[in-house]
Amino acid sequence: MTTKIFLQQLTNGISLGSLYGLVAIGYTMVYGILRLINFAHGDLLMVASYTAIYGIAMFTLPWYISFPLAIIVTGFVGIMLDKAAYKPLRDAPRISLLISAIGASFLLENLALVVIGGVPKAFPRPEIFAKVVSIHGVRIQVLTIYTPIITILLLFGLLFIVYRTKAGKAMRAASMDFETTRLMGIDLDRIIAFTFLLGSTMAGAGGIMWALKYPQVNPFMGVIPGLKAFIAAVLGGIGNIVGAVIGGFLLGLAEILLVAFMPEAAQYRDAFAFVILILVLLFRPTGIMGEPIVDKT
Amino acid sequence: MTKERRNLLLNIASIISVYIILWFFQKYGTEYQIRILNNMAVFITLAVSYNLVNGICGQLHLGPNAFITIGAYTAALLTMSPAEKQMSFIIKPLIWPFSVIQAPFPVSLIAAGIAATIFAFLISFPVFRVRGDYLAIVTLGFGEVIRVLCNALQSVTNGPLGLKGLKPYTTIWWSWSIAIFTVIVIQKLINSSWGRAMKAIRENEIAAQAMGINPFKHLMMAFLISAFFSGVAGGLLAHLITTISPTLFTFFLTFNLLIIIVVGGLGSTTGAVIGAMLFAWGGEALRVVESPMDIGPVHIPGIPGMRMVLFSVILMLVIIFARRGITGRNEFSWDWLFSKLSGK
Repeated sequence: MTTKIFLQQLTNGISLGSLYGLVAIGYTMVYGILRLINFAHGDLLMVASYTAIYGIAMFTLPWYISFPLAIIVTGFVGIMLDKAAYKPLRDAPRISLLISAIGASFLLENLALVVIGGVPKAFPRPEIFAKVVSIHGVRIQVLTIYTPIITILLLFGLLFIVYRTKAGKAMRAASMDFETTRLMGIDLDRIIAFTFLLGSTMAGAGGIMWALKYPQVNPFMGVIPGLKAFIAAVLGGIGNIVGAVIGGFLLGLAEILLVAFMPEAAQYRDAFAFVILILVLLFRPTGIMGEPIVDKT
Repeated sequence: MTKERRNLLLNIASIISVYIILWFFQKYGTEYQIRILNNMAVFITLAVSYNLVNGICGQLHLGPNAFITIGAYTAALLTMSPAEKQMSFIIKPLIWPFSVIQAPFPVSLIAAGIAATIFAFLISFPVFRVRGDYLAIVTLGFGEVIRVLCNALQSVTNGPLGLKGLKPYTTIWWSWSIAIFTVIVIQKLINSSWGRAMKAIRENEIAAQAMGINPFKHLMMAFLISAFFSGVAGGLLAHLITTISPTLFTFFLTFNLLIIIVVGGLGSTTGAVIGAMLFAWGGEALRVVESPMDIGPVHIPGIPGMRMVLFSVILMLVIIFARRGITGRNEFSWDWLFSKLSGK
């Protein structure tokens, strides 16, 4: 393998990894507070992509309006998800909450299937993302460069909210102890809704960049990226936002480099992430950055 | 006559009456009705064995589709004749032991169960290291891994092409006999000390441990037995549909089983049986919503996928508003029936 191809694969891996990272943030935030795998989180990618398509195709909005709008819509879909599927089950056993999450995920996918149809839709790719630049002979699509940069910017924005604002402080409190948080006069339901809003907007941004990268949008597009993003969150240490992004980068890089070095292993790519998950859970269940998870009752 | 004797006789009588009903359908029923009966029996086997891990042990296991796949492929590879196999495997020839052996249907079903159990044993070590959400995602991941392997290992599974032209060995006699056998075995297990230990783990694992119960041993036991019956049911399913491919056994199948046991009542075999029968029948009855409709002058074209939307909504409504499902954790028993009848 030449250095050129290696560098090209490296940028691809970083770009894919940053997408996993963006989606993983939502998993890790919700897990931190509710101790729940939000199975429907991956489907928010699909929601964002379709909203963006309809914004451009039906309302003829320019992309710079349609994309942010789609991200906001996804954020509110996330809040609705919490209100409909998780809020009624706050005091229920964990297994009920998980089943509700799986149900919500299937509902979103099949609703999209019924309303929009199963035929993949082409995602309109604005000119400025499709350009290809050549750096010392390494040809890279600009999108591949933008993706990690946008991810890092969003990460810093998020870290600011979580560590420097009052709402963020309340969120961190809620992830430690519900009862004490309530005693401090914090409206827990609002904080949880806010968490879903933040996590879902990240997924929305991730979804749009995913669709720009792989411009075929179908109702089930979010399932596999969602699962892998969850694995990234576990790899980075669940509950830790920076860890989620690092886990995402590592997983994306590992996947791309595996395929680059062993092209015959390409068909095992989707299984690879789960093998990593099993290894992490066996040898370091807290992940790279994680602290031991406190059982909340 | 003692109560035990009476209950035993009633049990035998009800099994015989099931067979009489089946005979009646076999003789006078349409092919469509027999198909639904077959589906019912396979779903009963699957749901009752799935319920053992999810309902009785309280561990959200999301990988039964993996064991069904393993069972289906094992059974199919054993019942196909070597000549058929050579014809089917056009991309890559089948590897050695499978390419020459052929076994009768019953043997292939047992082999299917054993193959699934072996895989369950291997996966149980990482699976039961973790609990709750992690257990769910690891088992789900195992299902995905098996699906990927089915697509990739073309010299064993024929890849995405799948296996075609299996003989339709699965009759209602086979499927219902196995369903009844499963219910009896699993009921016996649940009512034994093993079953009580599993329930104790579900309620409070630490307290169960303090009572001297080894959670790993008991959970693994439930997992292996569940996998065995899932594998057998996979073999039945393969010879019912007669064509298998990796796309047949996705997470979607697990989702259906989850609906069955949640609607029926998590932790109840009776519930699982009722849920499976409702699902097999309701799944067909609900085809109405997907077919084109004419309401007066208004024509509504068929909406494919509408059933799944309804199923998801039903699952969520049940889990949010009626978490106990149809039966809760109660089981049907003759004593209960007689006490109801005598109005006590």
